[in-house]
Formats: sequence, C-alpha cells, structure tokens
Amino acid sequence: MSKPRVAIFDFACCEGCQLQIVNLEEEILDLIGVVDVVEWREAMSEQSQEYDIALIEGSITRPEDEERIKEIRKRAKILVALGACATIGGVNKLKNNFDLDEVKTCVYGQDAGMPHLATGMTKAVDEVVPVDFKIHGCPIDRKEFTYVVRCLLMGKTPVIPDYPVCVECKAKENVCRWEYNEVCLGPIIRAGCGARCPSTNFRCFGCRGYVENPNVEAAKEVMDKYGLTIDDLKQKMELFGSKQEPTI
Amino acid sequence: MSKNINIHVHHLTRVEGHGNIVVNVTDGTIEKCEWQVPEAPRFFEAMVRGRRWDDIQTIVSRICGICSITHSLASTKAVEDALDIEVSEQADTLRILMHYSEQLQSHVLHVGYLVAPDLFTAPSVVPLVPKAPDAVKTIIRAHRVANQWSDLLAGRTTHPTTLKPGGLTKIPTEKELRQLQETLKATVNDLVTICEVVLSVADKLPNFTRDTEYISLKQDNPPTYTFYHGDITSTDCNGDGPVHIRDWEKVANEYVSPQSTAKWTRWHRDAYAVGALARFNNNADLLSPLGKKVADMFGLKKGNCNPFMNNIAQLVECAHVVETSIEMIDRLLTNGLKEEKISVTPKAGRGSGCVEAPRGILFHTYEFDKNGDCVAANICIPTNQNHANIQKDFEAFVPQFMDRGQDDLRHGMEMLVRSYDPCISCSTHMLNVEFVK
Repeated sequence: MSKPRVAIFDFACCEGCQLQIVNLEEEILDLIGVVDVVEWREAMSEQSQEYDIALIEGSITRPEDEERIKEIRKRAKILVALGACATIGGVNKLKNNFDLDEVKTCVYGQDAGMPHLATGMTKAVDEVVPVDFKIHGCPIDRKEFTYVVRCLLMGKTPVIPDYPVCVECKAKENVCRWEYNEVCLGPIIRAGCGARCPSTNFRCFGCRGYVENPNVEAAKEVMDKYGLTIDDLKQKMELFGSKQEPTI
Repeated sequence: MSKNINIHVHHLTRVEGHGNIVVNVTDGTIEKCEWQVPEAPRFFEAMVRGRRWDDIQTIVSRICGICSITHSLASTKAVEDALDIEVSEQADTLRILMHYSEQLQSHVLHVGYLVAPDLFTAPSVVPLVPKAPDAVKTIIRAHRVANQWSDLLAGRTTHPTTLKPGGLTKIPTEKELRQLQETLKATVNDLVTICEVVLSVADKLPNFTRDTEYISLKQDNPPTYTFYHGDITSTDCNGDGPVHIRDWEKVANEYVSPQSTAKWTRWHRDAYAVGALARFNNNADLLSPLGKKVADMFGLKKGNCNPFMNNIAQLVECAHVVETSIEMIDRLLTNGLKEEKISVTPKAGRGSGCVEAPRGILFHTYEFDKNGDCVAANICIPTNQNHANIQKDFEAFVPQFMDRGQDDLRHGMEMLVRSYDPCISCSTHMLNVEFVK
C-alpha cells in the first residue's frame, strides 16, 4: 500500500501551528516514516497536485484566498483545519470589528489605496469550503495533532472534547482565575488543551472556540458573583471570537 | 556567458512567509531584478485598538509563531513603559532567560532545517535523515532542548502564557532551573558538533560582499551583547551616541514600496540590515568565550559585509546564549527565587519596547487612554527592515553571478534571501499561488 500523501498549506496566520509540527522533534521522523509529505512550502522545495490529507493553517482574508482554498479542497480527499486561525478565524477576526477601509488607512496612511494592499473580511476555513476535521488551539497542541493524524491514518474518527476548559482546570486543582478578579473564559471554551493557560496562572482567552452548547446562564451567574459585567466578558470573548456565537 | 535569464520564483520555499524573486536579463542587460513581498497584510496595529493593556501581548504574540516570545516581550516592555510599571531584577533576568530560549530555537531551526539543505544540495531536511542521521539527530536534540527551555520559562514553546506587564505569572522552581542548567551544559557539545558539520560545508556559502549599514541594540551599562536592553546603534553612527528606543521611528523611517505589502525602511543610507550579523558587527567584542570561539572557527570578524555570514553569526549566538544562560542560572540560584506579586494601576500614556528578535531588531509602540485601553499602535518588524537591503543585495549579486547560468543564479538568490532568516508573515500574508500543472 502506498503511503498517504499529506500536504500542508498556510493562509493568513503566524505559522506557529506548522511550527508545532516541527516541534514534534524526534517524533517527526516517525511521522515522515508513515506518510508521504508531498508539499510543505515552509520546510520543503517540492510541490504536488493531489493529496489524501490537506492540512490548512490560517484564515481566509481575500478573494484570491477563497479561490486557492477551493482549488485545494478539490484536490484533497480529507481537509483538516489546523489551529484557531483556520478553525474559528482567531485573532485575525478582530479586524472584522472595524470598517475595512478605516483599518487600511490606520496601518498604511495615504498609501492605503494601493491595489496590492486589498483585504476582505476574515473567514474561518469552513466559512468557505467544507472542513472534515478541526485541530483547535492557538497554537495547536502537539499531542492532539499526532492523535488526530493517527486516527486519520487508521480510518478512525478522532474524538475532540466538547466540555469546557473548567473541567480540565479543576482536575489540575488550579485556583480559579475569577478568584483573582480575572475574566477567564474557561466556563464556555472547549477543553483539550489541558487547561494550559490557567495552569500557568493566565486566564483562558478562548483560542479553542466555544463548546457546542455553552452554558451562558452559568457564565452570567459567575459574573454576578464576582461583580463583573457583560461588557467585561464581551471584551475578552472578542479576542479570539469576534462576531461569533454565542451572543450574550 | 548567459545572454538571457528569466527567473520567477513564486513563493520562495523554506522561509517563513511568502516572497517572490523576479529576474529578467535580455542580451546580457538586466531589465528587471526584484525581491517582491506581496503578502496580504493582517493589520495588527489597527486590531489592537480598544483592547485593554493586559490583552495586548495575547494579540500581538500572534504576529509571528517563530518569534512569539520576542513579540510578547517587546509589547510587554512597551506597556510597562507607557503605564510606568516597574519590573523586579528577578523577573527581568527570567525574561532574558526566556528570550534566549527563543534565540536558540529559532537559530537552530533556521540553520539546521532551512539552510542546511542548501549546503548539502537537498530540497529539504528529509532526504538528509538517511544520509546523515547523527547530524540530523544532533540538530533535533538541540531544537528540543530550546523548546523545553521555552516551555519552562514561557509556559509553552509558542505564544507565551507567563508574561504579564509587571512581571511573570509563574516562575520555575529552583530544582527546575538546576535541571535546565544541566541540560544546557550538555548541549554545549551538541552545538560544537553542529558548528563542525556546518564548517565542513561552509565553502558552499557564496563569497559575496556588499557594504551596508548594520543596526542593532547596544547596551553600555553594564556592557552586554544585548538582545533585550539598551538603545539603538548602527555601524554608520561613527561615534554618535545611540538613539533612545522611544525614538525608533527616526531610525526606521518606514515607507511603502509598490513591490511590497510590508513597509520598507532606511536610515543613513537607502537600506540597512538587521539580525545576527548586525548584532555581531556592533557588539562582537562582548560575546561569551564560546561565542568568540565559534566566530574564530569560521573566521568571522567584526565588519563582515557578506550577508550569507548571517547564518554563521546565528551559530555564534547559539553558543553565546547557552553559555551566558548557564551563568545567569547560577546568579538566580545564588540569590534564591522569590514569588512576586504583580499590581498594576491603569493610566494614560505612550510607551515603546524594543528587543532583538532572532532575525533582527523589533520595535513596538502603544498609546493608552486613562482606562488603559489602547488607542494607537505602531510596530516595525525586523524582516521589513531587511527587505530594502535584500533588494540592494540582488542588484549587486545578479551582475556578479549571472554568468554562472540561470539555475545557479536562482539558487544563489534563494540562498541569499534565506540567509536573512526572513519572517514574512510577521504583519502580512500573500496568496497568489500558481498551481503545479
């Protein structure tokens, strides 16, 4: 049996999720042993035209992007969104809170009208083409990445947590960030990261996106208890979740 | 001699981000010779407006995955400057230790994974695994050590979770620091091995020199080969005092080029270079003994104007940061680690932070209102500062090397761009892909 052909593509992002693949260190040699990496611009010079698995990093921000991702979709049997920019739009969606012309003028001043500086609304990959699987996080978690890839190679469906970060955080016996007057998004954000941020005394800012049915009422109760407002929460939800459900 | 050359490298590979190389030579006359950066902008300076002072780092860390610690540190220092926040000596030292982990990670990644294939005539590091398994494993080991080091200090390898204006949210234990120190001591031998491997193929680096201006940080008190503190200096300063980091805009003089979505910069001349070679050219006499030894191995001396030697200056810095960190950990352990409480009162203000990313000097400036909400930002990234210099290198490189034929010339130009360790997605991203037919 020939090895599955895997390709990695990047759109608007920091390329930090690709870096997590490099950061598998010795394990990447095992991965290279079982798949055929046919295209990976950041690490290789080769290119290809069909893929069993296409890994997509980054958000879609321009019409040319949309055409490119549609072309990749046509060539890929399985398409996986890699990291927050691809799965939910990530920090790139902060731009959507502003008027786009104003955003361009803010950064480029009088040169904002130059044609090569064009930009559109930021979209997650599944707002443009169907996505088969999502590997969440900013950046992705290396263990979760190898777990999903292993599942795909064996023809299994990976199981991604659909419970909030608080579950993992409590299991680690961390003191709740709300006790420190911080607005932590743990109650409504998807777990699977091992509550990495709260475990280093940093609030959850929502990089893995919301759980399917976030308990918004419970979040409101928590805010009342700590004397915080809906606006405080919205401010924090916008970092990685601008213009997304749930609306409060 | 080739009379006609037509090079169009669309999306240069093995670099971070997207760039194009375009050369047209007709009947021996150069008609076009361009380094293009058409990457679509991401507008971070606009996006941070309205965000609170303690969310800035979380956002701008995402400018770049490879230098996320550097962006986090520059922005955190800028917020501290704007809000008049003091940082303890302990937190300062731990942050420098964190920053060094990223220098090692990024340099090993660049020289070991992205540049080495050029030196061994391979399209990527993958075919080198069966050819030179021990060398590849040594590189991977050094890379892993750097990442574990980042994990310990920054909370994870990419996008730190322990940085907060005023200090750190979590510090390592003394036991963890002692273990790190042992690991770093063991890594010294691996670094020497990597240097020897690169030295064995260093003749593949083209002998190309073009005099230019080199800009970096400079720290006098105490004199340090600095990545984190100090002011801005240049090889063109000729005894003029360094420029305060708050005045970085007078150094960068950013402008928009039609060739590029990333802004270009110029100071004393029409272009300048930043990065490991710039730091070396300004501060080489302050290197650690092992750093100096590595420079000697390669015959690298202050005043070197061969851009390909930036790769070697990165190896010099790998040795320097590891050796220096071993000493810093001694100092931390002697003083004993203390838990520190961070307390910040928001206020209106404007502040700047400047640190050296692995690929060159990085500037962040923010302005906040009385509630500590950001009202304006300006960020200038090292790769932007190198773009104009890469263009000037191209203009000198093509006439010198065009008689070697199109393929050699293209390869040489690709290596030239790679030697700057560009990080093009820092602030932008481009999308015009031509598909393989």
